[in-house]
Amino acid sequence: MNGATPHPSVASLQAQFGAAIGRTLVSCGDTIVVVARERSHDILQWLQHTPTEAYDYLTDLTAVEYRDRERPLEVVYQLWSLSRKVSLRVKVELPKDQPLEVNTVTDLWRAADWLEREVYDMFGVTFRGHPDLRRILMWDTYAEGYPLRKDFPLRGRFSRAEQIRQVLAGAPEANYSLEELSIAEAYKSVPADMRQRLERQGRPQGVE
Amino acid sequence: MDVTSEAEAGLITSPNWITARMDDLVNWSRANSLWPASFFPACCAIEFMATAASRYDLSRFGMERLAYSPRQADVLICAGRLPFKLAPVLRRIWDQMPQPKWAISVGACASTGGIFDTYAMVQGIDTIIPVDVYVPGCPPRPEGILYGILLLQKKIKGETFLDPALRVEQLTDEQGMFLPPAIVDEISEPFGNSVHQTRSA
Repeated sequence: MNGATPHPSVASLQAQFGAAIGRTLVSCGDTIVVVARERSHDILQWLQHTPTEAYDYLTDLTAVEYRDRERPLEVVYQLWSLSRKVSLRVKVELPKDQPLEVNTVTDLWRAADWLEREVYDMFGVTFRGHPDLRRILMWDTYAEGYPLRKDFPLRGRFSRAEQIRQVLAGAPEANYSLEELSIAEAYKSVPADMRQRLERQGRPQGVE
Repeated sequence: MDVTSEAEAGLITSPNWITARMDDLVNWSRANSLWPASFFPACCAIEFMATAASRYDLSRFGMERLAYSPRQADVLICAGRLPFKLAPVLRRIWDQMPQPKWAISVGACASTGGIFDTYAMVQGIDTIIPVDVYVPGCPPRPEGILYGILLLQKKIKGETFLDPALRVEQLTDEQGMFLPPAIVDEISEPFGNSVHQTRSA
């Protein structure tokens, strides 16, 4: 299967974006295209909107860090075209000597919202333009870092006692938005910074 | 009223009298009407469901009613691994339960963290709440869970309600801990195979 038939999107991407398209490879039958970080949003938008491509479904958005410390961290977009029944994997490389930042794709696929929050939570990648970039799996006050990074110890950075202390000292309600809580009374007991964030997003404020 | 007149009045010969030690009576009723508060974060809950269903029939032991409100429960059954994010929830449910109350930790993960010796998992719920009975297994069979419940009943029948220390609420301190940090670290110490896990920087 390896490289039997070249993926048609690769040639059209190279024709359209030229040098912004990096190396391409086929792995286990899946075509992978590495694209330039600065053009990633344009390229993904083009892949979604162009009728001949029509990658309208974001199957997954995740990230990979390799054991080789020199290798950049990769943000992975797994795309699928519902109409054409074709998949394509797009990768953006984030070198570790620069801030781990990439443009959000939440404006293209709403599904990217929580996926980007998960990548932010686990890898510390900042998605520029994300409407609500905060931790999703770990709690808001989690202070040990980004658990899926290779330099993160398996058991966490703090002692077990410190982990228990921090987690029991926090209010469980503080982990959730008002919508998730569905009790507006909790508005007064959430931390001030979370309250400000809720206000910024125009979420309903507490009932008196 | 003397004894003769009581007998004449039919009070002593009445079948409606029993004599028993107060402890026996109280413990008998406590042990045989345990209402479990179910805290089921993971797969051991499936085994508990089998325990509660007709084949193993938990209601034989007075646990007819699963209390889904902690305020009407006597025994907290935690069946499954407890992530740190859920730890304050478990603690709050435990604090909401009125005395007398007991806790059963079902399965390897609830008791010790099990295979999840990671950044995300509480290494035994006894670092969060006091636990009376641990049921080992991954997951334990329904027979195992029943055995744990019977052990708890045995434990309850050995208690005396005159012991002032027994039913004292073990509240968390201002730091949120109910055990000293050194004890928590000791309980959470890796053991067995996970001692050799060194996937850290």
